[in-house]
Amino acid sequence: MEHILQYFFEYKEAIFIIALSIFLGIEVISNVPAVLHTPLMSGANAISGVIIIGGIILVGHADLSRFSLDLVLGILALIFGTLNVVGGFAVTDRMLEMFKKKKK
Amino acid sequence: DTLLELSYLVAALLFVFGLKLLSHPKTARNGNLWAFGGMALAMLTTLLLHKNPEGEGISLANIWIIMAAIGVGAVIGWIIARRVKMTAMPQLVSFYNATGGAASALVALLEYPNAVAGDVGSILVTVLGLIIGAVAFSGSMIAYGKLDGKVGDLMKPFMTYLNLFLMVLTLGLGIYIVVSPNPPSEMIWAIYSLLVLSLIYGVMFVLPIGGADMPVVISLLNSFTGIAAAMAGFIYNNQAMILGGILVGAAGTILTVLMCKAMNRSLINVIIGSFGGGASAAG
Repeated sequence: MEHILQYFFEYKEAIFIIALSIFLGIEVISNVPAVLHTPLMSGANAISGVIIIGGIILVGHADLSRFSLDLVLGILALIFGTLNVVGGFAVTDRMLEMFKKKKK
Repeated sequence: DTLLELSYLVAALLFVFGLKLLSHPKTARNGNLWAFGGMALAMLTTLLLHKNPEGEGISLANIWIIMAAIGVGAVIGWIIARRVKMTAMPQLVSFYNATGGAASALVALLEYPNAVAGDVGSILVTVLGLIIGAVAFSGSMIAYGKLDGKVGDLMKPFMTYLNLFLMVLTLGLGIYIVVSPNPPSEMIWAIYSLLVLSLIYGVMFVLPIGGADMPVVISLLNSFTGIAAAMAGFIYNNQAMILGGILVGAAGTILTVLMCKAMNRSLINVIIGSFGGGASAAG
């Protein structure tokens, strides 16, 4: 248990960020009209593709001198992450495009 | 290094700003673009400026491989998003959420061997990232299948107990990995077992939930993916990942509740009700 407490102490700035982001996330969303539920979900989904930064770091420092399963899985993680980011933002844009046409 | 941190701060602010604009009808489309800009910025600066603890930057050979992988993902993601029928969009969101979950689970899986034995805190975030990411992946794939008419609803009375058992088993193995004094190199079997168990749990979690409730479930799994990304952010102590992930986790959870309200249902009702006699949920 004290290990975990110590870890949290080491990362107290990150804990701070977490606490503030939770409030921020709740505040930013709270007044959204029902028509925007799906596009907003889709947009938030694209933002969760931020995991791609982890993929870039992972493959960025991978050892390329020999073939390994880890390298293949790392590249797969990158491809999946990009699908989430690019596909996510593209789908959201298309939904909102449709939404605009409907209003006219 | 400072420049990289600064770009992460800008990216995180763009995520918040984008999400804010996304929640108003007039500005929604711009909000999406701002958030994408933040993502592109964070990706680019990571690629050019990131250094590992030994102070080495990303070498050119690795940059080429990364660019190739991103290129493949971007082209496929773009084409599918542009070509899919308007009516098929909710399941596509679910599919993309699944890929994000898969990426989180894979990053956690691959970073686990680098953890130091006994470093409970960092093993904890790795294990959490793996479980949540894997559940988001397999759960979202089932949700995708349901909306696409490929997977039917499966409700059996015993599934409540089976799911409870699976959840306890998954968490138990996770806790075992976290508290075990063995070095990660001797625990590879355990981390792969945890991955498999989490994947099965994700499938079993979504299977009994009625098709009409899928949008709510996708929103819930979306917030899971955000939390998984944030856990991976802890592994790298990366502010953009932590803030972006938690932001989606919080916003996704609230959005899930709002969606439930719009449907006149409670979240508990959606998740638990379908296990029991909630046949009215099936649609």
